[in-house]
This record gives sequence, C-alpha cells and structure tokens, in this order.
Amino acid sequence: MALSNILETPAAGFNFDNAARNASLEGRLEGGQTPKPLKTGTTIAGVVFKDGVVLGADTRATSGEVVADKMCAKIHYIAPNIYCCGAGTAADTEKTTDLLASNLAIFSLNSGRNPRVVMAVNILQDMLYRYHGQIGANLILGGADCTGNHLYSVGPYGSVNKVPYLTMGSGDLAALGILEDGFRPDLELEKAKELVRLAIHAGIMSDLGSGNNVDICVITKEGADYIRPYQESEYKDDRKMKYRYRPGTTPVLTEKIVPLKLEVVQETVQQMDTA
Amino acid sequence: MEKHYTNSQVKGVSTGTTILAATFDGGVVIGSDSRASIGGEYVSSKTINKVIQVHDRIFCCIAGSLADAQAVTKAAKFHLAFHSVQMETPPLVISAASVLKELCYKNKDELQAGFITAGWDRKKGAQVYVVSLGGMLVRQPITIGGSGSTYIYGYVDAKYKPDMSRDECLQFALNALSLAMGRDNVSGGVANLAVITEEGVEHVVVPGDKLPRFHDE
Repeated sequence: MALSNILETPAAGFNFDNAARNASLEGRLEGGQTPKPLKTGTTIAGVVFKDGVVLGADTRATSGEVVADKMCAKIHYIAPNIYCCGAGTAADTEKTTDLLASNLAIFSLNSGRNPRVVMAVNILQDMLYRYHGQIGANLILGGADCTGNHLYSVGPYGSVNKVPYLTMGSGDLAALGILEDGFRPDLELEKAKELVRLAIHAGIMSDLGSGNNVDICVITKEGADYIRPYQESEYKDDRKMKYRYRPGTTPVLTEKIVPLKLEVVQETVQQMDTA
Repeated sequence: MEKHYTNSQVKGVSTGTTILAATFDGGVVIGSDSRASIGGEYVSSKTINKVIQVHDRIFCCIAGSLADAQAVTKAAKFHLAFHSVQMETPPLVISAASVLKELCYKNKDELQAGFITAGWDRKKGAQVYVVSLGGMLVRQPITIGGSGSTYIYGYVDAKYKPDMSRDECLQFALNALSLAMGRDNVSGGVANLAVITEEGVEHVVVPGDKLPRFHDE
C-alpha cells in the first residue's frame, strides 16, 4: 500500500469508524431524512474473450423519472489496460473509480510496474469494505495484464467475484439472460462485441432505468479501444440543431429609434508594459 | 440491491452455504458448495470459491457474509504469511484458526462470518477447527457448517468413522455435500474439495451433474 497511497493509510486490521459515524449521522437528521442520491439505473456487462475483455454499458442517467443525461459515460478509465463499469450511486462510482485510477497511477510511477487487474480489485475491495456498504458502488472491473485477461465484480459491501461473464445494474437480469445463453469460452472479438451489445440492448429494452446508446470498450494486451457510442439508440430524434432565422422571418410592424445621450465623466490612460 | 428483497440478516451477498471438513487417516478433506445468494431468492454467483488457501497446507471454508469472510481471510493470509516469515517455519493449523478467531471475536459486533479451518502441520498432523460467528474456537475431528449443514447432521453422525482411507473420506464428503445441496435452496453449484496431506494438496471439483445421486432424485 505504501507505493500507491499518498493519503494516510489506515491502521492495520479493520476500521469501521466511518460506518459508525454514518449511522449516527442518520440518527441525528430529524425523521431520518437523508438526502436521496442520484442513481444511474444502469445495465453494464463484461465478457472475457479469446484475446481480452469486452465491457459494455448503456448511457442513461436518471434523476427520478427524468432522464438527466442521455450520453452519460459509465465505463471509467482506471489504467491504460484496465477499465471499470459502474452501477449504483452515480457520485460514488465516479469518485471511487477516480480514486482508484489516481492510486494506480502513483503506484506505476513509484514502482515502475504496470498495474495488474487483481491489484485494482484489492484496492477497491479494501476501500469499499472499510465503508461497510455505505458507498453504493457496484463495479465491473475488466482488464488485460501480464498474467492474462480478467473480469471481476466488486459489490458495495466489498465482496469480490472473478468470472468469465458478468452483468450488473438495474437491467442486470435481462442482460444476464443473453449472456447465459450466448457465452462460450474463447469467443472471437466480433462475436464477443455482438454478444455484449445484445446484452446491453436487452437491458435497455427491458429496464426503464437503462436506455439510449450502447458504449463498448475492448481491452487487449495491445491496448484499449473505447467505442462511444457503439450503437446509437433507435429512438434518436432527428434534430436539425440549427436555430438561426434569416432576417425578415418575423415581419417588422413599426420602428422607433431613441438615441442615448452619454457624457464622458472621467478618462484614464494606463500604459501596458509589453517589454 | 434493494430489488433483491432480503429478510436475511446478512447485508449484501451471502454465502448461505454448506461447508465441511473431516479428518482421515493421514490427512483432512475440506469442501463446500459454490453458491452465493442475495436475500435467499437470487443466486448472484454459481461459482463462488469458498475454499480459501491461507497457507501452503492450511485451508479455510467461509460462511456468512461474503464481503466479511473475504476481508477476514485476506487479513488472515497476511498475518499467517508474516508469522511464518518471523518464525521461519510453516504455521500451525491452530495458529491459522486463532488468527481467524481473534478477528471474529474482536470485531464480533460488526462481522457476520464463520469459518472452518483445516490443514496439516508437523506437530499435530491433520486437524480441523471451527470458528463460529461470535469467535468461539473448537477443535473437532469432523465438522459441518452453514445453512445446508442442518440437513446432514444425521448423515454425518451415522456415517463418519475416524480412520477412513482417503478415498472413503472423499466419497463421504461428496455424499454429504450432495445431500445438503439437494435440500438447501441457498446451497448449490459445484462441490469444491481440497485433500490436504503431508505430501501436498489436491483440489477436487465435482460439477453439479456429476454429484452422487440418491433415490429421491
């Protein structure tokens, strides 16, 4: 941990202070009215294929019943060879992945080594476990490193699961059906991309909280290919996006010109020094 | 996660499980199912690993909250590795069990995880220890745990013999796991077993369709 954490490292063993503090804060707010977090209401999926990992996500972010963002980016950069899809509370997934990316960058610089997916998973697990479920982040981590191609899920309480295919978010069950049916070990790239696209599409169709476009990120040992959007929504409206009107569109009925009389009260000159 | 209704005490992913460990003549067999569930209704993973290696000849089976169990075994792995470097000798099985017990007992208010530790060391040979939820540590020749264990107490009491051969013990463990998985909704998947002897460790994985069958199926 010393190589990757500039911030104060927690003392050895378990430290549940924050969970206790959060629990007591909840009690103090009258009637227990904690502010409601913005959720991404999401479908995210990941598949390990022959040469790497394919991650996919929808792009809808909702705020209650309104779509707050139609082109939200849910696949977060962690390292050049590691990306993370996030479901759950939008702020939590954003900040957690940012923190992880920073720590791994520091680690890379300090040690001279490329980060491994399993290290990212360990850092995430330690952090989420310390917060005892208060950080609402359901993450799918995928990447290709010197030990191979890996896909992990990390739950909000800090549980980790290593699997060849995975879905998370409110649309996970719809997407999981597609993956359970179509997944095979050692898929080719195009088949894997198509499978993930279908899975996210199923989530978009069957879940109200997911929608709009499909983003795909393909990670191999050569690098990462973040295709945004991979598939655009069929229900995209065709806006002209041009709102200039030629002069004369609105007829002018009368014209009255009133000159404004201005007096010079004070004049100062300041030399600009361009030497 | 609210959509997966839960009336279970465990928050988040639960292992709701069947785990067991049994000593035989010259070693110990430790095994579990591979199902992780949320709320007793949704199987969140069919292939979760509950037999965790904490040192070369010492394994642990986990039960309870998956997050708590994974965090505790991680800490235990670190402590044992450090301990064995300091002592310049492989750790004893009782040390591994004690490390788990300390963590469970000192944090009993926050943790919901139980463990079965089994392994082989030079001092006492093959041993099985159970660390329960509140941090009690007990040594037993055979022990079963998890929600599925309630269905196999009769089978285990009737069929276990102290000095079985390796193959007899393996078959006994497989039968017990299979019976429990057949009756407990939160146990299932594959049977993950490890056979630990002085010579080494052997992993045995039996997929669901190859498990022993009994007359009612």
